[in-house]
Amino acid sequence: MLGKYRREVKLGVKNLLLHKLRSFLTMLGVVFGVGSVIAMLAVGEGASKEALDRIRKLGSQNILITSAKSIEEETTTNSRIFMSVYGLLYEDEKRIAESFPDIKTTVPVKEVRKQARLGERTMELRVVGTTPQWFDLVQRPLVSGRILLQRDFDDFANVVVLTEHGVRKLLATKNTIGQTLRIGTEYFEVIGIVQNAGVIGGDIQTPDQEIDAYIPISVAQERFGDVQTRTVAGSQTREKIELNQIIVQVGSIDQVEAAAAGIEAMLKRFHKKVDYRISVPLALLRQAEATKRTFNIVLGSIAGISLLVGGIGIMNIMLASVTERTREIGIRRAIGAKKKQIILQFLIETVVLSTTGGMIGMGIGILIPWIITQLAGMPTVVSPFSLVLSLGISMGVGIVFGIYPAIRAANLDPIVALRHE
Amino acid sequence: MISSNSNGIAAQLIDVHKVYRMGTQEVKALAGVSIEFEAGSFWAILGPSGSGKSTILNLLGCLDRPTKGRYLLTGQDVSTLDDDQLSDMRLGYLGFIFQSFNLILQSTVSENIQLPLYYMGWDPLKSEDRAMELAKRVGLEERMNHRPMELSGGQQQRVAIARALANDPAILLADEPTGNLDSATGNEIMNLLLELNRQGKTIIMVTHEPELAEFASHRLFMRDGLIERIES
Ligand SMILES: Nc1ncnc2c1ncn2[C@@H]1O[C@H](COP(=O)(O)OP(=O)(O)O)[C@@H](O)[C@H]1O
Ligand SMILES: [Mg+2]
Repeated sequence: MLGKYRREVKLGVKNLLLHKLRSFLTMLGVVFGVGSVIAMLAVGEGASKEALDRIRKLGSQNILITSAKSIEEETTTNSRIFMSVYGLLYEDEKRIAESFPDIKTTVPVKEVRKQARLGERTMELRVVGTTPQWFDLVQRPLVSGRILLQRDFDDFANVVVLTEHGVRKLLATKNTIGQTLRIGTEYFEVIGIVQNAGVIGGDIQTPDQEIDAYIPISVAQERFGDVQTRTVAGSQTREKIELNQIIVQVGSIDQVEAAAAGIEAMLKRFHKKVDYRISVPLALLRQAEATKRTFNIVLGSIAGISLLVGGIGIMNIMLASVTERTREIGIRRAIGAKKKQIILQFLIETVVLSTTGGMIGMGIGILIPWIITQLAGMPTVVSPFSLVLSLGISMGVGIVFGIYPAIRAANLDPIVALRHE
Repeated sequence: MISSNSNGIAAQLIDVHKVYRMGTQEVKALAGVSIEFEAGSFWAILGPSGSGKSTILNLLGCLDRPTKGRYLLTGQDVSTLDDDQLSDMRLGYLGFIFQSFNLILQSTVSENIQLPLYYMGWDPLKSEDRAMELAKRVGLEERMNHRPMELSGGQQQRVAIARALANDPAILLADEPTGNLDSATGNEIMNLLLELNRQGKTIIMVTHEPELAEFASHRLFMRDGLIERIES
């Protein structure tokens, strides 16, 4: 297309360069319109991508049921004698697994905090007792060694899988596989290392805060029991929790909501207090996506208004330019230019103006998110789509707001135009 | 040199009327004009202000259509053509020279001369060669890259003449071509037009100076939208 109109584009560029400052000021509206659209989209995209990624990692076919102290419990456990008993039971997992045909997998998770020692190093670990399916469900690829296997459960084997991060904190290496890690008073063989993830225990957390050690749940139950004693700020708390979490996976996405409702109804029947929390990543995902859509609509409106203002600015200047160049138009017409050639000339000039503005705007729109990321550390994503869209829109602005001045120019009576002072 | 009467008729007006309507008022600019312009002739159109000189020239230049009557340009009836077709006639058969030169000020001499060729779709390189050729013809080959404002009035009018010749028109139309020039420069331009006429170009020129009209081979006197008399 540019090839066909090469001479017209050259002429347009030349005419715009005759009034550099005016041309530049005229395109400012489009520059800032396009620049702000790309920049805002990049910031919005960066923020929502992070959130959506985190939610997606939870698995859109999963339902997370997490033990949580009920509200009345929370207020009555300040005594040091009492032990608070709450949360999901081993029974709950069995019941859920047996009651719902849509449910493909259930994975129990039991968490215990323990001091651990590897060689010279001592640290507090979050010991996670679970089953082999857990590694699939939360997508933790193996880095080295092996993950837990069914026979480890059946045999009550003292084996442990660590995360890359945990390994680093413990000053261990790949050679650590096969070595012995003391957890509490028990000795475990390190059998594997898996990748980190931002998601542990159903909550969205920043990654790498905990040092996790995965062991067979049967071992966790057997060796560490269900009662945990913790000393927080001088006072001891004792809690009895059987399972910290049950992760449920259904066969397909459209079964998620019904299954979640069924599980909730069932848990309500068997638990006197609401000492659990059900979260559905799919619902969170949809909510996040809806929020993003709203954000994009608001953004689109702002962008639309700023480009409209930019376009009107361009039209205004082009109308002035047509008046200013009435004589030139008359000359061209007298020589034999057709109306459509005059339209083309002015339209291309406007499109060159707005597209140049759009390209400068693109530069600004890429620069601003980069600066934000450098200075504020916020993630930003400049999507190629937003660049293509902006360029298209700025060309469109040129056409839409250039057509009227161009037609005005073409419709001038050549005799009158030639007499114009 | 081809003799003028063997070339046939370049332009012919047959009972041409032109009425301008201004609100409820009608102005009869031309009230029935019939005349033949032979190919190769040099006409001067004279007459008092408001007598219809410019109106005739605009019609002959296909910038306007007669209200009534017919206009044959090189044998083709152009009185009923649409806007695009009139553009094609101007591009194909006509060249204009104006009192105020009417050059495009932001373009160079060369670009100005090439303007008709651009609309004719000429190849840029060929068009540049042609512009140089034309510039030589009017004595401006040294000024090809100057802007009009850097030239004297006489030089600007030479550029305009070169531009008017670019499409090798059947008729050269001039509206007071020396009106903005001092008499010495005006005479130079008149001599250039005479030279072109001697080379065979048909020229129709509006003027209100009888001395200049003496250069022409025919003189057409207008009064109140009618032909008063013709001198040859
Ligand atoms: N566009 C127009 N609208 C209305 N009246 C016009 C227009 N052009 C010319 N006239 C009128 O037509 C008459 C002839 O004008 P014109 O051909 O310009 O005369 P000249 O060139 O001989 O001075 C004049 O009365 C003039 O006022
Ligand atoms: Mg006049």
